[in-house]
Amino acid sequence: MDQNISVTFPHALIFFPLLAGLITFLFKKDAAVKSWALLSSIITLCISLASIVYASNKALSGLAFNYEWLKYIGASFSVSLDGMGRVLTLLTAISFPIIFVATYTNTYKNANIFYGLMLLTQAGLMGVFLASDALLFYFFWELAIIPVYFLCSRWGGEKRIQATFKFFIYTFTGSLLMLVGIIYMYLQTAPVHDVAGTLVSEHSFALNYFYEAQLSQTQQNWLFWLFFIAFAVKMPVFPFHTWQPDTYEQSPTSVTMVLSGIMVKMGLFGVMRWLLPMFPLAVAKFDNIAIILSITGIVYASLIATKQDDLKRLVAYSSIAHIGLMSATIFATKQIGLEGVMIQMFNHGINIIGLWIVIDLIEKQLGVRKISQLSGVAHKAPILTILLVVIAFANIALPLTNAFVGEFMMFSGLFQFNTWYAVIALLSIILAAVYTLNMVQKVFYGETNALTATLKEITVSQQIALSIVVVAIFLTGIYPQPILNLTKDTVAALVTKFK
Amino acid sequence: MMFGGVFFKQKSTPKYWAIGGLLLAIIANCIELVKQHSFFNIDIKNMLVFNNFNLIFIIVALVCTLLLFLLNGRDIEKVGNNISEYFALIFFVLCGIAIAATFNTLLTLFLGIEILSIPLYILTASDKRNLKSNEAALKYFLMGAFSTGIMLMGIAFLYGGNSVSPSFYIDNINIGAGKLPVMIAIGLVLILIAMAFKVSAVPFHFWAPDVYDGAPTVFTSFMATIVKAGGFIAFIRLFEHAFGTAQPQWQMLVALITAATLLVGNLTAVFQQSVKRMLAYSSIAQAGFMLLSIFAMNEFAKQGIILYAAAYSLATIGIFAILVKMNDYTIDGFNGLAKQQPVLAATITIFLLSLTGVPLTAGFLAKLYMLIGAVKDGHQNWLVILAVLCAAISAYYYFKIIQAIYFKESKAEITHNWDVTPAFKALLIITAALIIVLGLFPTLITDWLYYSRA
Repeated sequence: MDQNISVTFPHALIFFPLLAGLITFLFKKDAAVKSWALLSSIITLCISLASIVYASNKALSGLAFNYEWLKYIGASFSVSLDGMGRVLTLLTAISFPIIFVATYTNTYKNANIFYGLMLLTQAGLMGVFLASDALLFYFFWELAIIPVYFLCSRWGGEKRIQATFKFFIYTFTGSLLMLVGIIYMYLQTAPVHDVAGTLVSEHSFALNYFYEAQLSQTQQNWLFWLFFIAFAVKMPVFPFHTWQPDTYEQSPTSVTMVLSGIMVKMGLFGVMRWLLPMFPLAVAKFDNIAIILSITGIVYASLIATKQDDLKRLVAYSSIAHIGLMSATIFATKQIGLEGVMIQMFNHGINIIGLWIVIDLIEKQLGVRKISQLSGVAHKAPILTILLVVIAFANIALPLTNAFVGEFMMFSGLFQFNTWYAVIALLSIILAAVYTLNMVQKVFYGETNALTATLKEITVSQQIALSIVVVAIFLTGIYPQPILNLTKDTVAALVTKFK
Repeated sequence: MMFGGVFFKQKSTPKYWAIGGLLLAIIANCIELVKQHSFFNIDIKNMLVFNNFNLIFIIVALVCTLLLFLLNGRDIEKVGNNISEYFALIFFVLCGIAIAATFNTLLTLFLGIEILSIPLYILTASDKRNLKSNEAALKYFLMGAFSTGIMLMGIAFLYGGNSVSPSFYIDNINIGAGKLPVMIAIGLVLILIAMAFKVSAVPFHFWAPDVYDGAPTVFTSFMATIVKAGGFIAFIRLFEHAFGTAQPQWQMLVALITAATLLVGNLTAVFQQSVKRMLAYSSIAQAGFMLLSIFAMNEFAKQGIILYAAAYSLATIGIFAILVKMNDYTIDGFNGLAKQQPVLAATITIFLLSLTGVPLTAGFLAKLYMLIGAVKDGHQNWLVILAVLCAAISAYYYFKIIQAIYFKESKAEITHNWDVTPAFKALLIITAALIIVLGLFPTLITDWLYYSRA
């Protein structure tokens, strides 16, 4: 009986949203579509929570599932749930209900297709975080993009088609280079034998075979870059980031939440799950380059963020800065830093979704999102403002908020690696305070103008969504230990590769 | 030999007989594949050899033709008055493909290629009142005749150059791994040129866009897919058996042709306004990917070419089937298709995604096998990087059509005379489903190759 349960968790996390998404296409009425999407996303959240509770009592090995998919070339449908996977699947599972609740009053043309594609995206993301087979990982990696491509191009802003196309071509090119890397790695793996000892396939796509492959320094150097570009585009790290502000700006806000809250984590996750453990020698050689690129991105994006007038672009650049810090810390490969990244991946997802919700609420009511046109929102919508201020504090990483814990640990890790890197990266906190508080001050305080005078307080469902975000911010800010415990083993295993 | 059955259908009432004949041939083929039992035992002095590899390919070709007939049977009838001729000619071509896929001597190869080519010249010209169609046919005929000559000369060189034991049997040519004698080397290069011409590889591709553009669209669909794939099977069979031992010596040449084909095909396709012409260039680009299998020539490449033939043919036939129904071949003609014909729009999107090589479609796994083959070979890794970059370029022009379908409004003045029956839609859905099933379980096809090995 235990065996059966253990098999179903990773499976359910992928296939439930997938099925739910396909069913959504069949609905006709918009209201029914919304309720169904919300309901199914809550069920997914329950599955995810159950998987974590279950995992805390049982050994890790119970949470893997393996099915021979393309036997002769050594690819299998194998999914497993380790600490890092649990944090990210939880983030994915928790984000979608929040997004659906917050945007409950939004109306979309062809709502069934919109919500169907959203749920398919969720399935793809789950697959990325759960796959422990390189080919399967690539499958989901691409599959998560396709629905997003259609969502942005169909329901986005004015320049949506070009922006999304740029995004797609960028990521597709990166992924294809990674595919070459995967194939090369695959051909270096050991042969697979079955229980009886007969040869099944000459190579394998399985994660542990990839980890055990013997590679020379030169091979690692090449492969490092093939993988790095794919992940760097996704995060995005400095020279590969140009698709990001345009896409965030042009996408419908609920899709932007998915993109910035969860999808960028695919890149970070990819580095930690695949790149670091596979090529330790190359990482040791190129860590400085990767960190310098990340830190350049931090400073550059923070500076640009201070100059933005469009709220969406401001948050987009702020997100580049935050992700840059995580990426820099990952390549520093220190225990405390990596633990910080794990918790910060979760926190960043929650915080940025909160920010997007606020922006969406303002834009929906007033039709604008320019800082220069807004002022005095606090007079009209005090509850919204209180909630926003908490989220904004989390964005600056003030103590008591969740981001403080994560960023503190990340900076500790970066300090251990190189003091100067940490000092320059610390600038991002100061700059974050500048642009965030500036935005809060201009938009929410001051006198109301003709436009903001028409503003109304937010509805109950929106209050609920934002309150969940705020509660999550304080909860993980004051008591982060459960999440840290979840990922401790994963990080420890990762760090031993670099001793 | 089972293909005797196919011949006699030519004079019968056109479409239904043709479909019936095809079904018969497919069933016969499947039985032979599964039971490993042949129907006729005619002594052909081992000039044709049937193994699982080419039997599977012939089944793929026949199934694709069947789909073409079912999808576009009525459009074939619309091309001109001599309906039965068209079907008969297509059967001749199929016969040629079967011979070209199973040949065991250079002579049968030549015979197969000619049986395959000559009906194509006629099919290209079948739209008699269309000047473009005539021009295309003439061009095709002249260039085709030229390449035939080159091939014959190559065969002659190979035969004559082998002073020890001259033989037409490909397994006996056995040119060895050492330095090639001049005569043999010339023969090899001449044959390579002729084959490259048949599969429209750069720099022997100049006929392809004009012919594909000029020919009636239903026949373009046939030529660009099944025929081209047949050419590749012949290509890989010839080079594996006859010249396999000398691979290091011709590999660089093939690599250069592959690179040129990928680059020219993809870059030119980007700039096309007509979808039909774009597909012509994209078929050159796809040929570049298929050439990777000749370059690599290993287990993965051989499985990959079968999968690629199936994936590419299915997707292209599907797109052409829809294109035939449209009046406007420009990309703008697709604007707003999603609103007018949601089923067509959804299926054509799956076809395009498959051509791009997105996971979940057969096109992805086909490309994956090709790339694994090429990386495994390991001699020219730059070619692999070039190939994936070209695949990224191809995403650009395939997605332009998807954008037009879903995200652009149609202009009021363009009205398509949709002649779309429910059966047509159902068939398109079946084709799209086939692509996805192959994308998830390619082993349905490739496993047969392993059984032959066991």
